[in-house]
Amino acid sequence: MLKIKGLTVETAGKKVLENVDLEIPEGEVHVLFGPNGSGKTSLIMSILGFPNYRVVSGEILFKGVNITSMPIDERVELGIGVAFQNPPAIRGVKLGDILNRLTEGEVDAWKLAESVNLPTEFLRRDLNLGFSGGELKRSEILQVLAQEPGLAIFDEPDSGVDVENLEIVGKAINSFLDGRSGLLITHLGHILRYIEADEAHVLINGSIACSGKPIKILSQIMKEGYRWCERCPEARKPR
Amino acid sequence: MPRSKEAALRAKERSSKLGPDLDVESFSRDARPWAPCPISGLPEDILRQALSVGVRVDEGKRAGTYFQMDHSVVFQGVQRALEGKTEIMSTQEALQKYGWVGDYWWKIIDVNQDKYTTLAELKWDQGYFIRIFEGQKVDLPLQACLFISKDNLNQNVHNLIVAEPNSEVQIITGCTIHPDVKRGLHVGITEFFVKEGAKLTFTMVHNWAQDFDVRPRTAALLEDNATFVNNYVCLKPVKSLQMYPVAYCKGDNSRARFNAIFYGAGNSYLDIGSKVILQGAGSRGEVIARALASDSAQIYARGLLVGEHEDSKAHLECRGLLLSDDASIHAIPELVARVKGTELSHEAAVGKIAGDQIRYLMARGFSEEEAQSLIVRGFMDASILGLPDALESEIKKIIDITAKRIL
Repeated sequence: MLKIKGLTVETAGKKVLENVDLEIPEGEVHVLFGPNGSGKTSLIMSILGFPNYRVVSGEILFKGVNITSMPIDERVELGIGVAFQNPPAIRGVKLGDILNRLTEGEVDAWKLAESVNLPTEFLRRDLNLGFSGGELKRSEILQVLAQEPGLAIFDEPDSGVDVENLEIVGKAINSFLDGRSGLLITHLGHILRYIEADEAHVLINGSIACSGKPIKILSQIMKEGYRWCERCPEARKPR
Repeated sequence: MPRSKEAALRAKERSSKLGPDLDVESFSRDARPWAPCPISGLPEDILRQALSVGVRVDEGKRAGTYFQMDHSVVFQGVQRALEGKTEIMSTQEALQKYGWVGDYWWKIIDVNQDKYTTLAELKWDQGYFIRIFEGQKVDLPLQACLFISKDNLNQNVHNLIVAEPNSEVQIITGCTIHPDVKRGLHVGITEFFVKEGAKLTFTMVHNWAQDFDVRPRTAALLEDNATFVNNYVCLKPVKSLQMYPVAYCKGDNSRARFNAIFYGAGNSYLDIGSKVILQGAGSRGEVIARALASDSAQIYARGLLVGEHEDSKAHLECRGLLLSDDASIHAIPELVARVKGTELSHEAAVGKIAGDQIRYLMARGFSEEEAQSLIVRGFMDASILGLPDALESEIKKIIDITAKRIL
């Protein structure tokens, strides 16, 4: 489904990703771990093709198509959907209007909102304006559910979400990802309690340091922190 | 000679402190008279223009109507069921009918403020008088249309609105011109008196032409527990438009709110602001402006809040969206505290469409053009006007037409 080969990316003159290889086969859900500033969000922006993230070398293939220099909306059209970590607020643009456009009126946006426990009054509110951290996450997840992408990417869907809602959104994401491809970025791994993932990768300083079973990697990180990855001989192998 | 005329003469040459100076003599005073007729009897092209500023022919949707063509009143009246609750007529007729109307005339606007107030006094062409009787709540909006059908005409109206104690009403006023009119000058004096406990929501929609000049002069006086909401929408090009309406929150717990959405296109010069003077205990004010500038339009978006009572509070919010490198938006928010305890605040933001907003919407599958269009439409959000649903959706339609044209 998604194949990233030797991707090096710069933003604002600074290298944020270096020689990243990542493959998500169809129907698999992968997890991306990494400390703050390791390049997780940069990787998503690069997959989406945000113009301020410049690909220096390497390529991104999606469904076998080289999308490395494709505009954002065309990538989305092909089937990439992202729930952002820090989405901008847009005055006067109502969440409900966006949902109606995404579902083309075929899905009941109100029901969808209930599935992520977002009160339906939010559909009449300005997009992301004055939303709390947890509300932002739920609104983002809701929009991706409405988009129904072939590859759904969730950037830290668990940060700022309270325990009760964590279970609700975790289950909503899990049932949505059933049979789909997904990439889940998480800092602390809380959401993995509810989501079945096939493989995990650790991003350190803009490079994939290691990959393996999500539970195993998470428990190592929980035990020793990301220092464990930095010490890992595999990670220090020359590429 | 009446005193107001004498005073007006003294300001005959007085330019306005704001906006380009106009040679008022260069406009024609020669208007043909229009005979009274039902609105539906007016020509199709006139009705289409009127609708573009929210003035409807289907009178069932309106509590009452005043329609002025050039210098003539063609229609005035309220639905029969509402007689005794509200009335609408020309100010000339009102001054003749009620002696007390004279007490409100030039009461809160200085007749010798500038050459435009002078013009309105010395060459006065009617205008509407609206009165909502004490304790009456009128559910349907009242409407007024000030129409100019002849090129290069000067129209000077003086309007008077009195919301009697504990009354409640919505008024929509549309000012516009025939599509053949290119040049002209509209001067509109409007004095509002919102009595104790009354609630008045006034929405004005302007639709002019690229060579047309406009000088409204507006003031409102609020008594105890009175609420005044003044909405302004201007979405078509104009040569120059300068106005700085003021609300005096004189009464205790009085509330004034100004909302404005205006779009400057072509070479438009817009100098638009709102003032709230907080004089009563517990008085509150709010000013919200959304300014869009494209082509080589110049916009001045002003706001002035004056706190004269210790227990008073007001906020000013001005947002400007620049759609062209040749256009400019100058936001001038001013706060004046005259006593301690008054709380005044403002926020102003002027800039281009934010790149992160466009990219975000593109990540939802919208094209770049669709994303821009959504953001611009959102910027002109009619819901800031705080209107009832039916009226809001009418205004929204008017805005949507403009948004489509811009993009």
